[in-house]
Amino acid sequence: MPRKVVITGLGATTPIGGDVPTMWANSLKGVSGARTIEADWVQQYELPVTFAAQIAVPASEVLSRVEAKRMDPSTQFAVVASREAWRDSGIEDVDKDRLAVAFATGIGGVWTLLDAWDTLREKGPRRVLPMTVPMLMPNGPAAAVSLDLGARAGAHTPVSACASGTEALHQGLELIRSGKADVVVCGGAEAAIHPMPIAAFASMHALSRRNDEPELASRPYDTNRDGFVMGEGAGAIVLEAEEHALARGARIYAELAGTSVTADAYHITAPDPEGLGATRALKAALFDARAQAEDVVHVNAHATSTPVGDKPEYTALRAALGSHLDQVAVSATKSQTGHLLGASGAVEAVMTVLALHERKTPVTINLDDQDPEIPLDVVTSPRDLPSGDIVALSNSFGFGGHNAVIVLRSV
Amino acid sequence: MASNEEILAGLAEIVNEETGLAPESVEMDKSFTDDLDIDSISMMTIVVNAEEKFGVRIPDEEVKNLKTVGDAVTFISGAQS
Repeated sequence: MPRKVVITGLGATTPIGGDVPTMWANSLKGVSGARTIEADWVQQYELPVTFAAQIAVPASEVLSRVEAKRMDPSTQFAVVASREAWRDSGIEDVDKDRLAVAFATGIGGVWTLLDAWDTLREKGPRRVLPMTVPMLMPNGPAAAVSLDLGARAGAHTPVSACASGTEALHQGLELIRSGKADVVVCGGAEAAIHPMPIAAFASMHALSRRNDEPELASRPYDTNRDGFVMGEGAGAIVLEAEEHALARGARIYAELAGTSVTADAYHITAPDPEGLGATRALKAALFDARAQAEDVVHVNAHATSTPVGDKPEYTALRAALGSHLDQVAVSATKSQTGHLLGASGAVEAVMTVLALHERKTPVTINLDDQDPEIPLDVVTSPRDLPSGDIVALSNSFGFGGHNAVIVLRSV
Repeated sequence: MASNEEILAGLAEIVNEETGLAPESVEMDKSFTDDLDIDSISMMTIVVNAEEKFGVRIPDEEVKNLKTVGDAVTFISGAQS
């Protein structure tokens, strides 16, 4: 039997809450984090999309001015969330040579990169700040978290677009199972609400254009969905070898029982309409967790609210769980948070862990007219989960054909 | 043309912005590395910001000679005149 891995700490900074308790309370209430963007650049560049789900509590209110100045916003979010998760774990004494970091991002320091380009063009190379490289590098969040906690067993950055955050948990599980670490701080961070990524995602028609009603724009599974809503923030999870957690009498939220990562090798952006890669990921993750389809009571779906994306996930869930899928409570929390890209999997993992721990599911908002081709049991008001041993899944898929699934088990 | 006191006050502001150190701790005899614990990346940021603030050019080969705050004040003052 591989080492058992448990979850002992949670952190988040998101559009629906600057910490885990606030985010969780809002996710049960059903609130939207989407708003019109109050920045001059929206009009300046005549962006076709004028709203997003921006962070609820700016990192500058949590970090010191000097700390924030030396970090890209994506790294700021990672540090805010990982500090909360670390405090929450209650770990006081750990062998730092056995403490690792697996912190993902989809895009990396895009604000820093483009600000530096503007500076170069307007003021010349001398004015490009020396901190530019460490701030823009995609491993910046992982490196900053490692530095902050003194984690020396390795600092990793899985990059698989919108599957990145979930892949970080996969990597964390492997690090503990293989004996390379006893504790891993995992997560994902993203800060890409900048005019260029908005223009780029809009040009591929991935974003909702419901500019007049931002709160109603993210509507997974609804017949009137027209694209995703850009979100930002970070989620962080402390993974710990079970024996390590038990030895210090830690509070254990849930077990990370299994994970899987597959690739479609079908198309660079379009999901395989048959959902074959996602099906393989679901089946492999359940097998890895030694779980049966019948054990699953809850799924936090990837469900981004794009016309083409939501259905193949249903097809894959049906193929992996069969008729049991009809008994599964499905939540699409991007309806509230927007799509946090490389952070989404980490934030949704936090919500799924809490769903098992609190035995209550977060809700899906804006589902007025469910797509008849996606007959899932979608949770629209908080639902109690059964007692006893239960299993929940969280899915993430990314451009490039990446599929990542985690299987969580109640304790 | 700024007086040495004005240059010192301006430098202290730049150092505070970059490192969070209290402006009054930035005194003429303080060493950037030994007393103020300023690393090379922060030093380059301070140099570039000082160039903009005081309208001078501080060549890279000169930066290693700026051991103390007083060295920097003297160099900037000389470069301005």
